[in-house]
Amino acid sequence: MIKKTLSNIYLVLIFLFLYLPLFVLMTLSFNDSKSKVIWGGFTLKWYSRCFKSETIMNAFFTTIQITLLAALLSTILGTLAAIGISSMKKKSKTIYLGATNIPLLNADIVTGISMMLLFVKFTNLSFVTVLIAHITFNIPYVILNVLPKIQQANKYTYEAALDLGASPIYAFYKVTWPEIRAGVFSGFLMAVTMSLDDFSITYFTKGPGINTLSTMLYTELRKGIKPELYALSTILFFTVFILLLAINIKNNQKQHRR
Amino acid sequence: MKNFKKQLLAGPYLMWMLGFIILPMLLIVYYAFFSNHKFTLSNVLAITSEVNFKAILLSLKVGILSTLICLLLSYPLALILKNIKFKNQNFIVFLFMLPMWMNFMLRILAWKILLSKNGILNTLLFNLNLPKIQILNTPSAIIFGMVYDYLPFMLLPIYNSMAHVKKDYIEAALDLGASRTRILFQIIIPLTMSGIVSGIVMVFVPTLTSFAISELLGGGKVLLIGNVIEHNFMQGMRWGIGSGLSFVLMVFVFISMILSSKFGEDEKGGTGVI
Amino acid sequence: MKHFFKKDFSHKTKKISLCLVLVLSLSQVFSACGKTKNRDSHATPIKNNVNSITVLNYGKYMDEDVIKKFEKETGIHIKYEEYENPEEMYTKYKSGSIKYDVICTSEYMIQKLMSENELKKIDFKKLSNYNNIDSNVLELNQSYDSKNQYALPYFYGTLGILYDTKKVSKADVQSWNCLWNKKYNNEIIMENSVRDTFAAALKKLNYSINDTNPKHLNKALSILEKQKEHVYAYMVDETADEMVAGNAKIALCYSGEAATAMESKSSLAYTVPKEGSNVWVDSWFIPKTCKSKQNAIKFLDFLCRDDIATANFDYVYYASPIKSVVKKQPKDVLENEAVFPSKKTLENCEIFTMLNQKTTDYYSDLWMKLKAY
Repeated sequence: MIKKTLSNIYLVLIFLFLYLPLFVLMTLSFNDSKSKVIWGGFTLKWYSRCFKSETIMNAFFTTIQITLLAALLSTILGTLAAIGISSMKKKSKTIYLGATNIPLLNADIVTGISMMLLFVKFTNLSFVTVLIAHITFNIPYVILNVLPKIQQANKYTYEAALDLGASPIYAFYKVTWPEIRAGVFSGFLMAVTMSLDDFSITYFTKGPGINTLSTMLYTELRKGIKPELYALSTILFFTVFILLLAINIKNNQKQHRR
Repeated sequence: MKNFKKQLLAGPYLMWMLGFIILPMLLIVYYAFFSNHKFTLSNVLAITSEVNFKAILLSLKVGILSTLICLLLSYPLALILKNIKFKNQNFIVFLFMLPMWMNFMLRILAWKILLSKNGILNTLLFNLNLPKIQILNTPSAIIFGMVYDYLPFMLLPIYNSMAHVKKDYIEAALDLGASRTRILFQIIIPLTMSGIVSGIVMVFVPTLTSFAISELLGGGKVLLIGNVIEHNFMQGMRWGIGSGLSFVLMVFVFISMILSSKFGEDEKGGTGVI
Repeated sequence: MKHFFKKDFSHKTKKISLCLVLVLSLSQVFSACGKTKNRDSHATPIKNNVNSITVLNYGKYMDEDVIKKFEKETGIHIKYEEYENPEEMYTKYKSGSIKYDVICTSEYMIQKLMSENELKKIDFKKLSNYNNIDSNVLELNQSYDSKNQYALPYFYGTLGILYDTKKVSKADVQSWNCLWNKKYNNEIIMENSVRDTFAAALKKLNYSINDTNPKHLNKALSILEKQKEHVYAYMVDETADEMVAGNAKIALCYSGEAATAMESKSSLAYTVPKEGSNVWVDSWFIPKTCKSKQNAIKFLDFLCRDDIATANFDYVYYASPIKSVVKKQPKDVLENEAVFPSKKTLENCEIFTMLNQKTTDYYSDLWMKLKAY
């Protein structure tokens, strides 16, 4: 019994550690006074200012553009690569996977700087360079999610389909795709998460006037704290909460049905 | 023949890899070892200069401490979460992972507000007649921020590997009269070693190399190796030294990877980093 | 993170995650595209190059509405970038990673870039609002731009001490020594910018702020190192916020930053110590990388226009070189030392001169030494 109480206390403590700061941000987002300590009454003005602020909104939309484009392109490239790699001999496979691991293992700051050196040498920094950088660090996650699925899949069904006269694309769509689909999607979702969370690599590769939420927040925080940012964090938190909750609930339902 | 055609699908990626992974790495190595087209070791040896050496030592200290604290906090948490008998176990676990999806700058902002000198925590402490905590703008604040930021990254792999531990083992040990501590140290910890190792890697690398957290919570008073590198590139126009230090950092990271993969490969837990 | 996905998403979610992701991505892509088309923002970089300028400026140094207004009136899109200190600006520009069209920075950096032949001459006669600029400020700029051909003054001010009158006595802040007073342990904010922080130390030691003697610089470093344990933080644009929040009692800061802080907290005051200090003029220049000089000049002229300069003055709160703006100001603002430095103060102040590459590197080394923990 004591043990149970203790472990419950521990859970609550860690929970507080994780959520207290977020709770403070949420509370402050409704605070009419600019002070971080004094409660000046309830207001929604920071929310309206947050939506009106061009800096925040631009960063928000840039983040979404980059995240989705990068995730999509890296999923396509990565899936193709995984199919290719799976049919390679052991030696070339090792080389490919070794290179794939580089951005995965390397510190973000080193990856960011190395890409910056490349871009500065051959072109200018712009929206495209950020996109390229994001695709680059996303691809490994896609490959690592898709490759096991391909290897689990039955090789012969695809070939059988070809022998029976199916075109390669048709055979892929009908035979291979259903088997690797789950891996492709989890790769895509991971790419989304990685892109959303990235700061260092974007920081070093971004072009003029282009900010993702992370880099925008970095510059804004060094200029002092604007209450609009509290509103932004509350909105982001609940968006993420609802999205993930929806995914989890659907998951659980599926599990029960099975 | 068919295989060869299939292999061609990896072609675009090969191009991409050569252009955007290998070439940039070569550039770093080039800038690190050549200045004015002449071979030099001075850029890499810059790590031994007083400032840089201090910075890397401090980074190691901060990285190791944050990783350790994360481990010590999340291991018991994972144990409790695993054994929890609650209708919605998944939901509870989900709650503990959720902060990970918040933008990490906003999470740091939250701590900045809480920890600030006349901030909420201190006002609270003051009202309770307790001494104030003044850790903002010191390495302690940075460790604090890092633990907060990376805790889920430690919790996840450990929790996942713990979920793989079969209850039968523990029950068998209990039947054979093993004490709880013995079960923990001789069964659970060895079986979750791969999770621990990948958790350590996932936390240690970013905490060793971060520069944003120290910039925002350090008040410009704390210099980590990440800050030095950033400074060399973004303020000093010394790309050679910056690349040299990045190279050293790369070596550090790869050494820690090799060490950890030696540990992690002992069991086929399937939760390795790669 | 990976593991979570592996566990939760791989086998179980198929159709649901597909639908969710597709719906989400489609809607977002559409909204993003719609937004892009309407506002002609950055998603189509090629198109933008035709009619856009890239501006580099200090943080918190321009009213956001001014940018919007310019875009609306001229149809020229502004890519706006900010930086914290002049050294950062120099690297950003010199690395060549971004081609800037107009840059605003401090006089000594402009001088340095001029000596490196990085500036384009500006035909100021083309600026319809050029007459609106105070000739005294132009004269200050002549210290490096002898014929006023390169730089257009934007704001000017001094470096001084912002302090809380309730906690710091007025007598104390008359000298730079107060920043070294142990009484204010953990209550001091210094500038997170090499030359400004060193200027305070050099002045305390009675050297010129442009001293390049390594011995003197090292002496300055050693007193700064001793000071560091009492320093609360090194900051630039956060100083005002922190002082208003009462997190520090005394701060080395620029006049306008002080004026902003004093607006929100009446107990704050600003002074320039008697040993003298630095007077600076931040100016706009057109670098060699400029692709559309015509648009750049349009932008500069726009900034000198009365209504725009007033908006910027209200936002930034530094001394404006625009005559019509100054005329409008009430007496108390004109007499506020934190906004408009008095003649007496200015006489006691030096302007920064540029450092050669060797000294710049030396400074940079000292700075890192100071920052190392």
